[in-house]
Amino acid sequence: MNWIDTIAQGVLLGGLYALFAAGLSLVFGIMRLVNLAHGDLIVMGAYLILLVVSVTGINPFLAAAVAMPVMFGLGWALQRVVLNRVLGADILPPLLVTFGLSIVVQNVLLEGFTADSQRIGAGPLETASVDLGVVTLGVMPLLTFGSAVAVIMALNWVFYRTPLGRAFRATSDDPVTASLMGIKPQGIFAVATGLAMVVVTIAALYLGMRANFDPTIGPARLIYAFEAVIIGGLGSLWGTLAGGVIIGVAQTVGAAINPEWQILAGHVAFLVVLLLRPRGLFPRAFD
Amino acid sequence: MTLLRTMGLTARYGDFQALFGVDMALETGQTVAIIGANGAGKTTLMRSIAGVLRNAGDQVMFDGRAIGALPADEIMGLGIAMVPEGRKLFPSLSVEENLLIGAYGRRAVGHWRLETVYALFPILRERRMSPGTALSGGQQQMVAIGRALMSNPRVLLCDEISLGLAPVVIRDIYAAFPQIKAAGASVVLVEQDIGQAMKVADRVYCMMEGRVTLSGAPGDLSREAIHDAYFGKAA
Repeated sequence: MNWIDTIAQGVLLGGLYALFAAGLSLVFGIMRLVNLAHGDLIVMGAYLILLVVSVTGINPFLAAAVAMPVMFGLGWALQRVVLNRVLGADILPPLLVTFGLSIVVQNVLLEGFTADSQRIGAGPLETASVDLGVVTLGVMPLLTFGSAVAVIMALNWVFYRTPLGRAFRATSDDPVTASLMGIKPQGIFAVATGLAMVVVTIAALYLGMRANFDPTIGPARLIYAFEAVIIGGLGSLWGTLAGGVIIGVAQTVGAAINPEWQILAGHVAFLVVLLLRPRGLFPRAFD
Repeated sequence: MTLLRTMGLTARYGDFQALFGVDMALETGQTVAIIGANGAGKTTLMRSIAGVLRNAGDQVMFDGRAIGALPADEIMGLGIAMVPEGRKLFPSLSVEENLLIGAYGRRAVGHWRLETVYALFPILRERRMSPGTALSGGQQQMVAIGRALMSNPRVLLCDEISLGLAPVVIRDIYAAFPQIKAAGASVVLVEQDIGQAMKVADRVYCMMEGRVTLSGAPGDLSREAIHDAYFGKAA
């Protein structure tokens, strides 16, 4: 049964795309900010993990845990120093600033790490697989998908079960009234971007272990992330996972029919969903 | 003693000046009502005190401290909570979450917590899991008041809490005020219903076109004087 295998691989690939997209979805959901540098920040995270691995020689998963607080701090500072200044009624300034940031990040990575493609080695894990009878699945794709589900569950828990999540939602609803509750919207935004960067670090780990990367591949990751967010419906985290899975399945099915169609099939699936459900699969009840 | 005072308070929205030197004082434990027609500057005054609009620091004094230039979240932390005009519940939050978030920026020890707010407005306990915006107008107003109380404020600012509500609902809501005052809050009310304002206030300020045109204890003010202060003197 070749098709079951193709679809299963597609679903697991979708986990990677959902990881790319979760941070984007989080930030957009809270502050209506589209971060065009998101893909480049993922690549930056991958280089940071690679740096930790090559300097200390520790396991990449541990290295990612080391990178997380650093990335949180970078996200927090980025929001405080740069993005908070451009957020406002006009959506163009943040787009321009993050577009510029994308170029800056790419060139800094190019200067620091050259254009050679790199990879985060994960040892025997890279080729390990489990035989489920009908299909054989790679341990790495399974871990990726499991991490995506865990990340989205964790983000949902933060959103709906903690005081911080209440503050996120309240600030997203109405920043002025939120400030009357003693919430500093700018501070909440900084924490949100920091949290998004922690998710970015997890995405970066799997990006770097799965395939080669170089400083220029960020924008393509951004496109997949974007499509996953839009398919799922803006601001819905489970929708983002569904969006990632749809793109992943479309890509593997497309590739099974004709290897040239892999990337194209993902984009076509995105356009079809947009045609049928312009607001995505799980849109929020209000905006 | 005077808890909250504005001195020569001016406020503007861009080129439009909304307040022209407003002087107002709230004594500890008292209730002040601010009345006036639409556009008189009542809401602007409340937004200036709450810090949504920033002013020169010494134009607003709270407990001997200049707070005019502070942002809203810091003013709330000092103990001034506002029930904003139009209630402004958070649509993404349930009734209970709306109440809980009222204590986000200030965890002061005091009478008010979830239990006591539910005791004050029992209907909210029944609707605690509903989205805030699914409630009737009067219930939403109760949530907005409860949300402000959750921080155990020293000053409670209420902006047009009777707006758009049926008289019987307004009566229910005002019935809560003796308890709110007993728990230690001094109150500034903006009210279009003059009768209601005169009933609950220790002192009334009447505003017109960004200025205070009349002030005094309700018993000392004649209907005629209020009429003139409200609408301007007939030529």
